[in-house]
Amino acid sequence: MVRLILVLTIFCLVAAAALAKVYDITKGPIAEQERLKTISGLKAVLPAFNNDLDKEATEVIVGQDKKGRDIKIKFYKGKLDENPVGTAFQVIAPDGYAGNISILMGVGPDRKVSGIEIISHKETPGLGNKIQKDEWKGQFKGRSLDDGPKLAVKKDGGEIDQFSGATISPRAVVNAVKKGLEIYKKESGNGG
Amino acid sequence: MADREISTSEMTEAVEAVEATSWLDIKELSGDLVRGLWEEIPLFRLVLGTCPTLAVTTSATNGVGMGIATMFVLVASNIMISILRKVIPDMVRIPAFIIVIASFVTITDLMMAAFTPELHHSLGIFIPLIVVNCIVLARAEAFASKYNIIRSAADGLGMGIGFTLVLILLGSTREILGNGTWFDLPVLTGLMGLFNYEYQPMIVMILPPGAFIGLGLWVALANKIEEKRKGKK
Repeated sequence: MVRLILVLTIFCLVAAAALAKVYDITKGPIAEQERLKTISGLKAVLPAFNNDLDKEATEVIVGQDKKGRDIKIKFYKGKLDENPVGTAFQVIAPDGYAGNISILMGVGPDRKVSGIEIISHKETPGLGNKIQKDEWKGQFKGRSLDDGPKLAVKKDGGEIDQFSGATISPRAVVNAVKKGLEIYKKESGNGG
Repeated sequence: MADREISTSEMTEAVEAVEATSWLDIKELSGDLVRGLWEEIPLFRLVLGTCPTLAVTTSATNGVGMGIATMFVLVASNIMISILRKVIPDMVRIPAFIIVIASFVTITDLMMAAFTPELHHSLGIFIPLIVVNCIVLARAEAFASKYNIIRSAADGLGMGIGFTLVLILLGSTREILGNGTWFDLPVLTGLMGLFNYEYQPMIVMILPPGAFIGLGLWVALANKIEEKRKGKK
């Protein structure tokens, strides 16, 4: 009996030690990969910039969720030679076909969308995951709240394409982008 | 019927283990290596490890990634369990195996996140799930806990290759039919393009039902081949 306990305890200790070591080794590279991914996303949604915007990000509380916890959004402000070229931030579409869709969107000082990027999603391969295609994402460029009802999928009377057999995913993305624009308007106030 | 077959083969294995005197026997070793390729190929003959198979084989690339990850865990855990087989008390062998397997899976998971982020992203949740892949525990229990390190490593490698091959086969079938591409190359879409047709993908093959249909057809084919092979003997 004692032997059973002893053997299993030693097994767990050795396993834990080995895992701690591996975690230690991979911690750096994993964090670096995450950072690279964020930066490449930011580059895709913002016009050219040359500041270290991932170090100058500001976090803003934009509201509360149903349980009363704060919803925080990180704003990345892109600058080219100290002139602001746009702000990037992440919005989440909660109404995708299969769970949340995370979207990184860039908004210019003129409050027009400069680009969007799908960070993560679980939409159906071959159907809803076409939201990742560049041609589709490109349709958001230059859109703003001034577009009113035109900023919607065609089925809802707007100008954004949906896919045959998949309307839910595009609609979720459009709604999230719209909400993002509203948040940006509120946060940036009249100063732009 | 199937149960009886397994138990007799296990018995002969146990007898062999007692009789084996030489530590390194090439014939024995190659037998261990080849067994996983057809005789006991995990997905076709044993039909073990189907859960991750059905989930990840939406593309050929995913099949390769999942196969190699599983193969690494199989070989590493087989070796480790074979080394420790005399230390592990019989009563707690299953928890002990699980600790070893889970550790190697976590190592694989972290390593992939650090060095192959793209693949890690697309395989997602299924890497941690290698822990519960029956084939890994089955080889630990049926093989590694009874034989020496080299034979166990060979067994793990053979089973891993067999598993990977079927994943690639199924991933290719689903990707080609469901998306018109193979390893992201426009195989079917390109071919149809030559005749000025647009390939209309069979989306169902990419969706979960396609996994069942695809695997079912492949298993049927494998059974047919095995039947023919037996008939000839």
